Amino acid sequence: MGKFLVRRFISYLVLIFLASSFAYLLAAATLSPRTNFDQLQPRPSQEAIEKELDKLNLNDNTPIAQRYGTWVRDLVLHGDFGQTIDDQSVNEAVARKAGVTLRLIIVGTGLGCSVGVAIGAYSAVKQYRGFDKAATAAAFFVLAVPTVVIAVSMREAARWFNDVTGVRFFEYGGEYTAGLDAGFWGTLADRLQHGILPTLTLALALFAAFSRYQRNMMLDVLGSDFVRTAMAKGLTRRAALLKHALRTALIPTITYFTFTFGILLAGTTFTEKIYGWHGMGAWVVDSITQNDVNAVAAVTFFMAVCVMAASFLSDILYAWLDPRVRVS
Amino acid sequence: MTGTTTETGATTDTRLEPATPVLEITDLKVVFPGSGRNPDITAVRGVSYRVHRGEVLGIVGESGSGKSVSSLAAMGLLPEYAKVSGSIRLHGEELLGLNDRAMSAKRGSAISMVFQDPLSGLTPVYTVGDQIAEAVRVHNPRISKAQAANRAVELLDLVGIPDPRQRYRAFPHEFSGGMRQRVMIAIAIANDPDVIICDEPTTALDVTIQAQILDVLKTARQETGAAIVMITHDLGVVAGFVDRVQVMYAGRLVEAGGVDDVYYRTRMPYTMGLLGSVPRLDEEEETALIPIRGTPPSLDALPPGCPFAPRCPLAVAACSESEPGLDPVGAEGHSAACIRSGEIEENAWTARDVYPVPKIPAERTAQGPREDRETVLAVEGLVKYHPLMKGAVFKRRVGTVYAVDGITFDIREGETLGLVGESGCGKSTTLMEILSLRAPQSGRVVVFGKEAGAVTAKERFKIRRDVQVVFQDPMSSLDPRMSVFEIIAEPLRTHGHPKALLRTRVNELLSLVGLEPAHAARYPQEFSGGQRQRIGIARALALEPRLLVLDEPVSALDVSIQAGVINLLDELKARLGLSYLFVAHDLSVVRHIADRVAVMYLGRIVEIGDVESIYQRPAHPYTQALLSAIPVPDPEKERARSHIVLRGDLPNPAAPPSGCGFRTRCQKFAVLDEAERTLCRDAHPELWSIGAGPADQAAACHYAQEREPW
Amino acid sequence: MSMPAERVADTAEAEGEEVRVPGRWSGVLYEVLRTPRVLFGAALLLALVIAAWVGPLLSPWDFAETDIIARREPPSAEHWFGTDSIGRDTFTQTMVGLQKSIIIGLLAAILTTAIAAVVGAFAGYFLGATDRVLMWITDLALVLPNFLILAILYPALRGKGWLVFVILLAALAWMVTAKMVRGMTISLKEREYVLAARYMGVSHHRIIFRHILPNMSSLLIVDATINVSAAIIAETSLSYFGFGVQPPDVSLGSLIADGSTQSLAFPWTFWFCTGLLVVLVMAVNLIGDGLRDALDPQSKRRS
Repeated sequence: MGKFLVRRFISYLVLIFLASSFAYLLAAATLSPRTNFDQLQPRPSQEAIEKELDKLNLNDNTPIAQRYGTWVRDLVLHGDFGQTIDDQSVNEAVARKAGVTLRLIIVGTGLGCSVGVAIGAYSAVKQYRGFDKAATAAAFFVLAVPTVVIAVSMREAARWFNDVTGVRFFEYGGEYTAGLDAGFWGTLADRLQHGILPTLTLALALFAAFSRYQRNMMLDVLGSDFVRTAMAKGLTRRAALLKHALRTALIPTITYFTFTFGILLAGTTFTEKIYGWHGMGAWVVDSITQNDVNAVAAVTFFMAVCVMAASFLSDILYAWLDPRVRVS
Repeated sequence: MTGTTTETGATTDTRLEPATPVLEITDLKVVFPGSGRNPDITAVRGVSYRVHRGEVLGIVGESGSGKSVSSLAAMGLLPEYAKVSGSIRLHGEELLGLNDRAMSAKRGSAISMVFQDPLSGLTPVYTVGDQIAEAVRVHNPRISKAQAANRAVELLDLVGIPDPRQRYRAFPHEFSGGMRQRVMIAIAIANDPDVIICDEPTTALDVTIQAQILDVLKTARQETGAAIVMITHDLGVVAGFVDRVQVMYAGRLVEAGGVDDVYYRTRMPYTMGLLGSVPRLDEEEETALIPIRGTPPSLDALPPGCPFAPRCPLAVAACSESEPGLDPVGAEGHSAACIRSGEIEENAWTARDVYPVPKIPAERTAQGPREDRETVLAVEGLVKYHPLMKGAVFKRRVGTVYAVDGITFDIREGETLGLVGESGCGKSTTLMEILSLRAPQSGRVVVFGKEAGAVTAKERFKIRRDVQVVFQDPMSSLDPRMSVFEIIAEPLRTHGHPKALLRTRVNELLSLVGLEPAHAARYPQEFSGGQRQRIGIARALALEPRLLVLDEPVSALDVSIQAGVINLLDELKARLGLSYLFVAHDLSVVRHIADRVAVMYLGRIVEIGDVESIYQRPAHPYTQALLSAIPVPDPEKERARSHIVLRGDLPNPAAPPSGCGFRTRCQKFAVLDEAERTLCRDAHPELWSIGAGPADQAAACHYAQEREPW
Repeated sequence: MSMPAERVADTAEAEGEEVRVPGRWSGVLYEVLRTPRVLFGAALLLALVIAAWVGPLLSPWDFAETDIIARREPPSAEHWFGTDSIGRDTFTQTMVGLQKSIIIGLLAAILTTAIAAVVGAFAGYFLGATDRVLMWITDLALVLPNFLILAILYPALRGKGWLVFVILLAALAWMVTAKMVRGMTISLKEREYVLAARYMGVSHHRIIFRHILPNMSSLLIVDATINVSAAIIAETSLSYFGFGVQPPDVSLGSLIADGSTQSLAFPWTFWFCTGLLVVLVMAVNLIGDGLRDALDPQSKRRS
């Protein structure tokens, strides 16, 4: 088992490194950090620009292979992603922003998946009844709305709600009120006020996807022999479904989780951008518009680590849920 | 479950019938409403029967006859949309119309069921012990978890699982099919039910395992005193096991009565046909099987009159006027639904009198003695090991499966070699290795004098013309997206048959296998299993091969259909001078079609020889056990027979026992003394010639000894 | 469902080509036609297609025309959907945007599914080294944040038009389908009809294209449908940040992006295009979901 984990880890590392390298090379070849300095008012001297670009390892006069070499050396030897275009440490920025995004993802995923699975399973049991139809209609509607539109609409709705009630109930700018000093409960409430809309945005799409998927998986096992055996034992249909069918139907959902995770990460970009959170998702867009090559590579690295972690997690969950894949 | 001999025989102890039957079904009807273009399907059309405590009732019928649906109705396990009418009484209490909660209190306690497919019948994510304990606790909520677990261990022990305490914690996938079926039986008897319905409990299992499971069911019956309803398509299984038997056709009972009456004094032509179409293991004389022509009617639009009339050789005009009732005939309790049953009784007709017996194809071994004929296929020391991987997520190699471990045989021109053995013995792997025409891991495969591993790609392509294959499953062996024409034309196109002649050739092939040229434009789904198998045979014959490899070609078919396909194969062989390599697990079928037989166990051939010798005087203990385990459709013979019941399952092919692979289950090994056993443990027995002089029989057993199986 | 015998001759003359005798498909078609979701979705889609192509012809305003005296006007008899900040007719803009979104969605989906089918089928059929290489590439593509890659690449290819955008969308969306196709291929290749073809000497490539891919056509069709909506949504999201369709081309995404900034003050610039987008995606999803039930025998919930 240990040898396996090690092998898997190495292959993960290789994939992550390649993905980051690919993003770095792509960004270095297409983005032009030079324009950032060219457009400064007043424009610095040519010499100063070259010096600054060289310092940041962003000079397009240096061959790309050499820049890449420098980047790899710093990364491998010092674990250093270099400097942002504003000459800040990329590592520090990652440390700051990753927390923001992870909080959003973990809460949003937990909420979306669990509610989605519960509703999907219940719809399957109540197939073609009122609840199923309502849940299906809701899921179809949500799936048809891009995250961007959900986020914007919820923001507008919140703005309208605040205007009408005259209370700033929902907050939609940033993760918390800067400089707030309201003790533990006050801070928590403030965080909740800020967090509820972005989390819901993320959770809604997940809920829709998972409820559909879980419903289909559940329907697949409803007619299976072991559910019939459970009922033949004397379990009621309901008990047989909950104890035998749902448990088994959860297994393929775990794999589905890995597949949706990439889409979820893209979703954080819009959510963070629209609600003004300074997380990794928003940085995806910002780093590109700012021609920030090192940041692009770091963001890619983070995203790749997240995808790998999700896939690893789902493997573990899979092995835990399904005795058939365990190695004795 | 020791490797000793046990007595078979239906116990006919309680003949005096108590007042209320345990289970009484009256005029049961089940309709599955169709949706859209699909019409309603009436799966059960007025079935009545009753069973008393301790009684064993057999229900026999082919697929689609409604035998399973009627028992699921009794359990209240039909899908909600099925419309059930009539009456189902358990101890006189009406079950029909009870809600799920009330019904679930009966299920598993008063009435329980054993299903056909043990592989998918247990929830994969719970241990077998917990699943049995759950059955105990659901009806006795006051029992503690520990007590329920103890009871589960007892039950595991009762159904013959070794080390029950340890095996309690095993998951279903760690159990073989036979063991899982034992677990299913343990669940069924957990609460001492009054009636156990067994729906094809042994169909998915090998014969030696089937014998074990039937034994377990007998034990279960003794333990619980329950009535047993045994549903099966196998006339052999019920012959020795039941007191009364009922035959179903197209959703109705067509004949019912005591087992001897139904088997020996058959009064319904369908039952006669069923009995006549079974290849018999116990009859030496080789005659063509009697197929029932046509296929069962579809249950959505039954014509008026007797549903069997279109297939019945005795049908007269009156048969299609109204459906005959199930009326008493002959002995007490015997009844049949045929307007000519009186005539049948008077004339004492049997299947051979009623059904047209097909012409036996011309004598096959006309080409002189075996040694003088050309060798079509020679396999020498063939070996195929493959790595055993474990885990879907963390895959790793945990061992080597010795799938085929050095086997040698040859097939001469015009000869049929039957390769038999139970699942996992390596017979299919052998076949795939031969068909791949690649160099095996070790050994040689020589086809028509050319060594398969040593030929060029072009030559190999040419050899393929001469070696064709027919597969087991007529559902999956034909591409559902291609028309029959395309399917049969594919080999012709691949091998450059002139395009202009394609249509003629396809039509020719279709009529050769007994289909209409008009069928060419249809798709496989539109055909019945037997017809599809004929299409598969037509495809295999397209290139005029000289060797046909048949992988269980009839095992997925109902007996009445199977007989027709076997006759066709017999006929083709005689007409076209083909050689067959016929792989099967059913020894009766092999006996019927083969000239020579090779019996495989754990990747090796344990006995090989001509059909006569092997079936009359098997020398290897495994062959003896195999033959003994097969029930014959003859109640008296079956009751008088003693079966050798092998113990345990096939050993793990990744860790075969030392010395002789069969010794762990061998009934002979069990009676040897210590000194004699040493040889079995240490030395792997090679095939050696048995019998006097040039007899064509060899067995791989240190203590091989011919024995009469009957 | 029987066919006249002449049909056989036709098939024979047409030589190995995939001539589909409609016998089988008529059943499927029937099955599809009585799935209300598919009918409803198809009707919606058809209505949208007609609106997108006929609408601009009916509108009194031209696509590039600006009405200088009417800026940010609410809907009126003259401007059915109102006007935007520089006086362009929102109705015409939206319909042209709808055209582009539909085309992008369709093309990207077909391309995505084609790539996925080929990669998945080859990996699953040949296994071994082919499989390892292809799946490794797939994993790598899955790990890459495709939104980021698209966003980086797009400005560089800006001048090349929206077709390049379609190719990029497809190039970054095929992985999950490919994995599914691979899984199905692995199980299909053990089917006896594939073995039969192999043992009669049919070449591997021919087996893949003649036996394996046609037998997952229902999966592929359903998946292509789902990819249509995925592509439309992806395009919208990218356009929102200005990484998508560039002026003078418009798509629903770019219109939504323009309108979202002022959705409270000038709701017509936001809600019309958003509404159409939601209806479009929903129509496609309904078709996809209904097709899954109609085509996939395993998903038949009854009988």
